[in-house]
Amino acid sequence: MSKYRLDYLDHLESEAIHIMREVAGQFERPALLFSGGKDSITLVHLALKAFRPGKFPFPLVHIDTGHNFPEALEFRDRLVEKIGERLIVRKVEDTIKAKQLTEPKGKFASRNALQTYTLLDTIEEFKFDACIGGARRDEEKARAKERIFSVRDEFGQWDPKLQRPELWNTYNGKIHKGENVRAFPISNWTELDVWNYIRREKIELPSIYFAHEREVIEHEGQLVAVSEFIRLDDTDRVVVKKVRYRTVGDMTCTAAVESSATTIDDIINEITATKTSERGETRIDDKVSEAAMEDRKKNGYF
Amino acid sequence: MDLLRFITAGSVDDGKSTLIGRLLYDSKSIMIDQLAALEKQSKNKELGEIDLALLTDGLRAEREQGITIDVAYKYFSTPKRKFIIADAPGHIQYTRNMVTGASTADLAIILIDARNGVVEQTRRHSIITSLLQIPHVVVAVNKMDLVNYSQDVFNNIVIDYAEVARSLELKDVTYIPISAVHGDNIVEKSSKLAWYEGPSLLRFLEEVEIQKDINLTDARFPVQYVIRPQTPELHDYRGYAGKIISGIYRKGDVVTVQPSGLQSTIKAIELGGKEVEEAFAPQSVIIHLEDDIDISRGDIIVKTDNQPKLSQELEVFLCWMDNKPLVPGNKYWLQLNSRVVRSVVKNIEYKLDVNTLQKEYGVTSAGLNDVIRATIKTASPVPYDTYKSLRENGGAILIDETSHVTVGACMIQ
Ligand SMILES: Nc1nc2c(ncn2[C@@H]2O[C@H](COP(=O)(O)OP(=O)(O)O)[C@@H](O)[C@H]2O)c(=O)[nH]1
Ligand SMILES: [Mg+2]
Repeated sequence: MSKYRLDYLDHLESEAIHIMREVAGQFERPALLFSGGKDSITLVHLALKAFRPGKFPFPLVHIDTGHNFPEALEFRDRLVEKIGERLIVRKVEDTIKAKQLTEPKGKFASRNALQTYTLLDTIEEFKFDACIGGARRDEEKARAKERIFSVRDEFGQWDPKLQRPELWNTYNGKIHKGENVRAFPISNWTELDVWNYIRREKIELPSIYFAHEREVIEHEGQLVAVSEFIRLDDTDRVVVKKVRYRTVGDMTCTAAVESSATTIDDIINEITATKTSERGETRIDDKVSEAAMEDRKKNGYF
Repeated sequence: MDLLRFITAGSVDDGKSTLIGRLLYDSKSIMIDQLAALEKQSKNKELGEIDLALLTDGLRAEREQGITIDVAYKYFSTPKRKFIIADAPGHIQYTRNMVTGASTADLAIILIDARNGVVEQTRRHSIITSLLQIPHVVVAVNKMDLVNYSQDVFNNIVIDYAEVARSLELKDVTYIPISAVHGDNIVEKSSKLAWYEGPSLLRFLEEVEIQKDINLTDARFPVQYVIRPQTPELHDYRGYAGKIISGIYRKGDVVTVQPSGLQSTIKAIELGGKEVEEAFAPQSVIIHLEDDIDISRGDIIVKTDNQPKLSQELEVFLCWMDNKPLVPGNKYWLQLNSRVVRSVVKNIEYKLDVNTLQKEYGVTSAGLNDVIRATIKTASPVPYDTYKSLRENGGAILIDETSHVTVGACMIQ
């Protein structure tokens, strides 16, 4: 009966498509949160499989911090154009102005935390009742406990103690007015699974995922790209290194890794050999406290 | 490479978290920075060496109390398989969490402390394993180091557990002596347990045959979403999107849609944008029918010669999962795959003691973590299979109409 045996990537793919279609079937106004990184690009690929030849039953929504890699933005626009779907962009910059928020200061002043305000405003503006996101449970310990359909209250807050039991492949999307659900179709994928899937499906990615020369400074063992968004001090030594990005977030809070990987195969080899987790190696914002992610999620973060 | 989902069950301190930490550690799924965080925390807690259990206890309350509260999902892979672990807490007040973790598991690892043998919790975890019909069971006798790696101790536990397995009709049970802390028989076979002839735990997890657990006989396709582009080029396109939860579908199959009973024939099947001759569980596909009949989300497309049962009255084992007690006569939504119907729990036949299997008759309500045998009446007919014959179409959840919370798990009998 080996003819009817599926590879683990097929299992993961089918599960993700099933989850997306549950969102489409259960909600009136869903959205797909698109960050421009490999996980959300994978989500778009899965959505194509789930809904073509129909249109997506949701727009793509990008919460733009203004600190993006230009390569990621170009890629975003090209992708949206190619698939002919609707993109909504809301800028953290505008939220800061409208709400008179205080910009964080410091060397790598990150707008990561301010994103939450823009996200919640956007949810409110469009009355989204479900937001599909690309979070994975292997990323972080608090995520490991989050449901695939994760209910957030009016303030976008996640309460880990009040999570609904989630049984079989049955997702309860019933909510009250004002609440919304964050749905995570690739919850059960690991970083390596995503890369293997990208290789198998030949999914295109922004160029910064591959090795390229870049001006960086070394800060506490991490390589941070020189850009207008970070403050250079006299003690910083700017060097040109061959690097790639393992995750693509803001230029202020995503570190590069030294690499000579120019193909997906190279990247997979490097990841298989690496000894540091994706977040640990590349996130400048997660080291603050052991419970950093749990706290941010409770406050409405993705 | 395929995919195995398993759950670990054991009493507090039997070594569940340590075992999972060990599997992740020895399969090199833990990264340096995660280890560094662990070391830091272990020191914070003055435990001396790194405490592998901290890897799975992700919420602050869990770390503070040193216990596992919620189900945590963990991942690792070997060249043979990808593994998804549901780490569920063992205490009776977390029965619902174990039920949740068990619902998708292909295999349960039931941990027994070699010093204590089969205890009440072992029975409870086994009863839940049997209720949720987890196809494979590994009894991991842990802390063998504390009983001098004694074969007699192990054999006696095997004899005791075999009785439990027999009474619960557990089909496939494998016994492995281990020491999670020292890594004996986890990845490599241990020389300290030379008398044991079976495989190490990881080797067993890699090799246990799970393909035959997928039912390829009873074809079931719950419709999730109807794709109708309604563009000029695709004016007549009407595809039913869903996941084949069991069985095989082929072009030309004569099918019936339930609960309407309407019949048609499969005109085409699309998989990932390409037309295919056949598709099978658990693939997500789009099915096209020859006839223009009324089908929407919540309907199920089955083969006309192999149909599910259809009823408005369901006999269930129901695990209650809400703090608010179940009161017979209250109304709930019942969700079975994509179908949601209003329902009422009509009658509680008895309450099942999950420690002893004893039946308590005459109960009038059920509280958090209770398992009861009950009758549910639904507002419209539900196409279902018994949970025992087809897990994928026999497990339903109950949702509170006012709080919208998932309050119960039903295994249809
Ligand atoms: N001697 C010994 N101690 C163990 C073994 N496995 C776990 N332990 C210890 O038992 C205690 C409880 O383990 P833990 O993994 O937290 O148990 P859990 O409550 O089932 O998750 C910890 O102090 C572990 O170090 C073992 O095989 N041998
Ligand atoms: Mg534990």
